[in-house]
Amino acid sequence: MTDQPILTLSGISKSFPGVRALHNVSLELYAGQVTALIGENGAGKSTLVKTLTGIYQPDAGEIAVNGQKVTLPTAHSASAAGITAIHQETVLFDELTVAENIYLGHAPRNRFGLIDWRKMRSEARLTLDAMAAGIDPDIKLRELGIAKKHLVAVARALSIDASVVIMDEPTAALSQKEIEELYVLIDLLKQDGKAILFISHKFDEIYRIADRFTVFRDGEQVGKGMIADTSQSDIVQMMVGRPVEGIFPSRQAASGDVVLEAKGLSHPTEFNDISFSVRKGEILGFYGLVGAGRSEVMQAVFGLTRPSAGTLSLDGATITPRSPADAVEAGIVYVPEERGKQGVITGEPIFKNVSLPSLGTTSRAGFLRLAEEFALARTYTERLDLRASSLSQNVSTLSGGNQQKVVIAKWLATLPKVIILDEPTKGIDIGSKAAVHDFMAELVAQGLSVIMVSSELPEVLGMSDRIVVMREGRMVDTLDNKGLKPETLVRLAAGIAEDMAA
Amino acid sequence: MNRLMKHREVWLALAIVLVVVLVTLRFSRFAQPTNLLTIFNDTSILMMLALGQMAVILTRSIDLSMASNLALTGMIVAMLNAAFPGVPIPALMALSVLIGAGLGAFNGVLVWKLDIPPIVVTLGTLTIFRGMVFVISGGAWVNAAQMSPDFIAFQRAVFLGLPVLSWFAIVVAALFYVLMTRTPLGRAFYAIGVNPTASVYTGINVGRTKFMAFVISGAVAGLCGYLWISRYVIASTEVAGGYELTIIAACVIGGVSIAGGIGSVGGVLLGAIFLGVINNALPVINISPFWQMAISGTAILLAVVLNARGERSKGRIILKTAETA
Repeated sequence: MTDQPILTLSGISKSFPGVRALHNVSLELYAGQVTALIGENGAGKSTLVKTLTGIYQPDAGEIAVNGQKVTLPTAHSASAAGITAIHQETVLFDELTVAENIYLGHAPRNRFGLIDWRKMRSEARLTLDAMAAGIDPDIKLRELGIAKKHLVAVARALSIDASVVIMDEPTAALSQKEIEELYVLIDLLKQDGKAILFISHKFDEIYRIADRFTVFRDGEQVGKGMIADTSQSDIVQMMVGRPVEGIFPSRQAASGDVVLEAKGLSHPTEFNDISFSVRKGEILGFYGLVGAGRSEVMQAVFGLTRPSAGTLSLDGATITPRSPADAVEAGIVYVPEERGKQGVITGEPIFKNVSLPSLGTTSRAGFLRLAEEFALARTYTERLDLRASSLSQNVSTLSGGNQQKVVIAKWLATLPKVIILDEPTKGIDIGSKAAVHDFMAELVAQGLSVIMVSSELPEVLGMSDRIVVMREGRMVDTLDNKGLKPETLVRLAAGIAEDMAA
Repeated sequence: MNRLMKHREVWLALAIVLVVVLVTLRFSRFAQPTNLLTIFNDTSILMMLALGQMAVILTRSIDLSMASNLALTGMIVAMLNAAFPGVPIPALMALSVLIGAGLGAFNGVLVWKLDIPPIVVTLGTLTIFRGMVFVISGGAWVNAAQMSPDFIAFQRAVFLGLPVLSWFAIVVAALFYVLMTRTPLGRAFYAIGVNPTASVYTGINVGRTKFMAFVISGAVAGLCGYLWISRYVIASTEVAGGYELTIIAACVIGGVSIAGGIGSVGGVLLGAIFLGVINNALPVINISPFWQMAISGTAILLAVVLNARGERSKGRIILKTAETA
């Protein structure tokens, strides 16, 4: 490996009105190596990526590529300098073909200056075949799943001959199998001599593929080094600035009465014959690969969709929620996976978000009482240790973890019996994660029943009393979480036979 | 956001004052209280209609059928009055509100149950309602001679120094203020305008909320049907033709976001008054009425530009210190 970094950032600072997003940050990326950029949500990682891709202009500092100082006033100049980014939510064009997506902006031209379609398609096919992607370059992008879209983005990076590839949480929406395929690709990029900046929240990934790391905290660089020489707890300590003990709260498994029971829930296209029960004071985990139908089952329980068969009963009485309002009325609430789209009403203040489903109880004779709303919002946000300047603050200005607390507070205020948490800690920082986990433990201790859908193995194993495993819309098994091995869960979720896994 | 809205309303109020001052320099009697009250009275119907429209626009919908609803309801009550002069005016008014609400409910049901885009639904009913005016009237007019004296005189009666028509606008505005800021339904209008998906997940029935918005805009249009006919003392097939665009213009100038979720009662009132002042002022200073449309159009574009600047996001807050500041 060469010792000269391909890309060097030094003394980069970036402020927004009233906010210092990056302060005197430096970063080096080396050819053929993966550098992990680690930091809690809000540490400034996204701002750095936007600075590198020409979307933001730094207020101070230098960017150098191969020792040459460059400025990146536009996204186009960033790709001209050999920097490309693959985003969490892929920014490609659904209505264009795969080949067009790969060559958009640098399509090969024929002698009349028009796009040379034949060449574009054949080269796209060559690139995709080299990656063993198995994608037809002529189909429209919208026909591909998220994992395949990432492959197209990688192909695009290869086609513009980028020397620096930024991957911003590329695995967030991928299943375990797809993540493995992505690792193979990253190895390919490494062999090709690309410098890779890899942004992830997941330590197992970082330790699996990164060579170096850089840690950000509150807009400043607080540490860097070689992954091989550094322990996970050291990095965690750098991230949070304090030692983290006992990642998951320990608690006694409860065995109260059955609160919610589902029998043979089915949907024509999404899931089939799902039966489970959750007891008072119990956390029931739902594990499976992304797309296994777990969220769809929960949406049916919450009344967002209607199952075609099967029954639901709450405290022994059959219920048929026809809308979320019915479910909330019955005492079932759902914290959705997509916080920004489905969870919080961004643009509205915290207190209005919290009181929205409880307006019936805070209003009198059909008229709202703002004082009651504030009191309600204050009670529940304080219980969750929400960090905000005031309850009138717009939720869109909160970090992901605090937005999640607003959503949970909103539902607790309705005094539910069952709370369904769909990927409760997806994309939120370690500090907030621990707070959410502690709070879950507290809720069940108070007699609430929790259903937790999660794709993160440590979370499922660390929090659940029992675990339902789903695969391709069907239930595989329900397991007691006693001495359960992670391998067992993965094997069941992926449908790998026992002897093969062993 | 509240502070910003107030800010914008202040600017709109200043613009109105500026127009009044400029016109007064040319024509000194313009700013006399009696003239200003006349302008207010002239604008009353537009204010009420724009408030009804705001409820719909807040929910990411639009009601293009308001003017046709007004014309149809107005024709029905005018024909009733001509045929049965003995029916008391309050009963006719209640009937006009009911008919208007019924027509609005028709829009609402199509949007709610059949999930047809509101712009398509109300484009259809705009034509249907207008067509019904022809059908029931046979194309004939109801003129002043056929209307009962009470029918015409009611809104002109002066109560505490103001005509009854102005009082209607004031009461309707007060009701809308309470609806928008003090009821769960008003809160739901804003919530589904800002984020319809999250509203569904919160247990709000988005379809029914939109339905309610259409019923409200329809009821307002119906009430204004009676008020319009008795004000201009003629019920014809052409009543308020094209007026739906003026209503929407008042909303937009008043700071209502066409994308839904943003708008205030005060802003909409000022937007309507702004149009009323322009329309009253231009003839006074001898500007051709042809220019009125161009000037109103310019005001709309200016308002949209200002709103777009106001709604531009402030960037993400990254630092913990800023978040808690």
